[in-house]
Amino acid sequence: MHQRERFVMKEMLFRFLVGGTVVSAFALLGDLFKPKSFAGLFGAAPSVALATLALTVSTKGAAFAATEAHAMMAGAIAFFAYALCVSRVMMRRHFSALLVTVCSIPVWFGAAFGLWYVWLR
Amino acid sequence: MRIKVDSAVLSESRWYEFGIRFLFGGLITAAAGLIATRFGAEIGGLFLAFPAILPASATLVEKHEKQRKVEKGLNGSVRARRATGVDAAGATIGSLGLIAFAATAALLLTEARMSLVLLCATIAWGTVSAVIWHLRREI
Repeated sequence: MHQRERFVMKEMLFRFLVGGTVVSAFALLGDLFKPKSFAGLFGAAPSVALATLALTVSTKGAAFAATEAHAMMAGAIAFFAYALCVSRVMMRRHFSALLVTVCSIPVWFGAAFGLWYVWLR
Repeated sequence: MRIKVDSAVLSESRWYEFGIRFLFGGLITAAAGLIATRFGAEIGGLFLAFPAILPASATLVEKHEKQRKVEKGLNGSVRARRATGVDAAGATIGSLGLIAFAATAALLLTEARMSLVLLCATIAWGTVSAVIWHLRREI
């Protein structure tokens, strides 16, 4: 394995471990709080961003990370559309949470890439 | 309703439920890094706001809520769905905080130390989310 490939593998493993830990920590916090609507705030915690941005700055520089953060705004707007869709469907239709959350993922992709196309491209 | 901490919920959770969240969170974070390397910061950045927690947490909320009702001899399906819907409604508000996080980070990343940027951005997420949550309850 080339040195660069080894470096990328190490970086991905590190991202996996840090990401898993941060996401689990926020999910755990969400479990602890009541009422449910407040606990739900943690479902949109910046877990992936917190795990990623520090590492991105150290490997690719602050300008690259700032561009990522700028694009993240579009991703967050897409998250809003996704969560709204999940909430509405769960309140009004008789489907399981797994089905609704998985089948609504295209809403996130559609909104995120739609915004990328008109705003960031 | 006041905000409370209920640690009893932790005893209802199984080890594999934490494992699924860890695996999913880790995979999304690693994938976001790979996508940014392959397709650039504009595409990779989108995935920093990918719904990594909501699908797993909504499924668990539904399962635990249903379990509680079944233990009392009730069906619990409708209650479980409503609880999941309310949880997702909270995430909708949290996503507005996520926009504030991204805007703060984008603004400060080239100007300040990394640790300070992440701290300010996280405070922005928490403040915007909590204030909107509070206002929504008041209205």
